[in-house]
Amino acid sequence: MSAAIAIEGLSKRYGSLQALDGVDLRIEPGEFFGLLGPNGAGKTTLISVLAGLARASEGRASVMGHDVVDDYRAARRHLGVVPQELVFDPFFTVRETLRIQSGYFGLRRNDAWIDELLDSLDLTSKADTNMRALSGGMKRRVLVAQALVHKPPVVVLDEPTAGVDVALRQGLWAFIGRLNRAGHTIVLTTHYLEEAEALCNRIAMLKQGRVVALDTTANLLRVARNAQKTVRLRLSGSTLPVALAARQPVRDGDAVTIPLGNYAELEQILAEVRQSGESVLELDVVQPDLQDVFMQVMTRH
Amino acid sequence: MSEHLLPIAVPATDIRGGFVTLLYKETLRFWKVSMQTVFAPVVTTVLYLMIFAHVLANHVEVFPGVAYSSFLVPGLAMMAALQNAFANTSSSMIQSKMTGNLVFILLPPLSPAEIVGAYVLASMLRGFLCGTAVLLVGAWFAPLPVAHPLAVVVFAMLGSASLGALGLVAGIYSDKVDQLSAFQHFVVVPLTFLAGVFYSVQTLPPVWQAASHLNPVFYMVDGFRWGFFGAADVSPWLSLAVVAACVAVVNGWAMLLLKSGYKLRH
Ligand SMILES: Nc1ncnc2c1ncn2[C@@H]1O[C@H](COP(=O)(O)OP(=O)(O)OP(=O)(O)O)[C@@H](O)[C@H]1O
Ligand SMILES: [Mg+2]
Repeated sequence: MSAAIAIEGLSKRYGSLQALDGVDLRIEPGEFFGLLGPNGAGKTTLISVLAGLARASEGRASVMGHDVVDDYRAARRHLGVVPQELVFDPFFTVRETLRIQSGYFGLRRNDAWIDELLDSLDLTSKADTNMRALSGGMKRRVLVAQALVHKPPVVVLDEPTAGVDVALRQGLWAFIGRLNRAGHTIVLTTHYLEEAEALCNRIAMLKQGRVVALDTTANLLRVARNAQKTVRLRLSGSTLPVALAARQPVRDGDAVTIPLGNYAELEQILAEVRQSGESVLELDVVQPDLQDVFMQVMTRH
Repeated sequence: MSEHLLPIAVPATDIRGGFVTLLYKETLRFWKVSMQTVFAPVVTTVLYLMIFAHVLANHVEVFPGVAYSSFLVPGLAMMAALQNAFANTSSSMIQSKMTGNLVFILLPPLSPAEIVGAYVLASMLRGFLCGTAVLLVGAWFAPLPVAHPLAVVVFAMLGSASLGALGLVAGIYSDKVDQLSAFQHFVVVPLTFLAGVFYSVQTLPPVWQAASHLNPVFYMVDGFRWGFFGAADVSPWLSLAVVAACVAVVNGWAMLLLKSGYKLRH
């Protein structure tokens, strides 16, 4: 079976700027894939090449086995893209926008699916409202609906939750999750790393146009957690027990944070606290999250 | 939401559906604001007709037996058709580029030929509406014979297809609205005004006559007018050849731009 997305040796230069630098990536059908990276890393450029909005300087890309240049018609029928920029056509209402987008893909009489999309994205009451009169978050959801109007097997969302409120973000992810369970491949970029951690089964991190990390989310977290945990303690006394001073503690208000190699060390730390005659008022073991992994990867490369 | 509605197989599509929809959208775009895109230009043109016909009525008779006001009507109708065909594609393209909503037509599986075809056909329709309205009002002012109806239709279509495609080209090249309006005011308007709309170029001094013959819009107007009066400044066949070449060249140019992705796909 061909990959949902296959990218080989992809480079993209804008003048002297190397926006993508030899990217290889293979995303399998059914994956929920996260594309992370700081501003300017090349995420949108990568998506643009997939969508045919930008042309690669070197290398090739395909969607469900269809080359995005040589077989662009098939590639684009299999791909739905939510662009990062909040764009809309002020001439039309929400429903007109979706009908027209549907028509561009050669799908007429698609109203049942359009109604379904409007409902899932909480836009039914705005169906006949002009695009101009929508709030930013609503416009963003129309963009999501537009990307899905032709039921593409591969859906790429470039920061779909930027500017969407918490409740609707939850709703949006629930909906995208259902699409994923129904078999759609989902690729997303986001700067909310907790979203990526919760949703994505696999993650690629980009920096300056290169893939600097590529693994399952679980593996990325496991490696980081084995390497680095901390315990945060709030003690009854205000001075730090002498025995703890050797553990490189970091003061943090009236609490102290101590690196933790493994859980056995926790037992020793507590014993040291007891021996000093103090007691523990609060204790948190802090595990690195995707944000920590991300920061580590970015500083390492 | 029920999951059975999410088949992973791509839905069967109508291969011409994309083109038809883009044509519909480009038509709807101007039709929704037809006060500005059809009615207003027709009113302006009719004002020209009233003023010029009144001022010059007794001074010139261009073709034997044809009153000046009659002579003026087809020229003005063609000018309205051409200018509005240009305005339709150019404004649509520049607006979509500026607002970024051009992605909506760059993402679907539309070919360069479908995009050019839909934009140009919609502009021809707007040109046709404007031109017809001017003719209808004009026929009420002055007698208007129609010697060769087929020629009238053919020149109208080819002329607006040329200017529609030119508008698309100009819209693609321009990065800002001022660049586009400079092109419109320094190229399109002079070419149409100096195409013998208000006069027969045979009444001009030889130098200007020769210069007029370098203006492709002159042939559009002249051929169109021949369709009404059976008389023209140059042979209608020459006009037809020039206008057909214009259609081919400008549409080919637009096609090349879309194929290369120039300024549209980075
Ligand atoms: N059309 C363009 N012309 C010139 N340079 C561009 C163009 N598009 C992007 N770039 C440059 O390419 C690099 C990658 O940009 P890109 O938009 O892909 O980043 P990104 O990872 O999506 O960032 P963000 O998180 O801010 O959206 C940036 O340095 C950007 O300035
Ligand atoms: Mg981006």
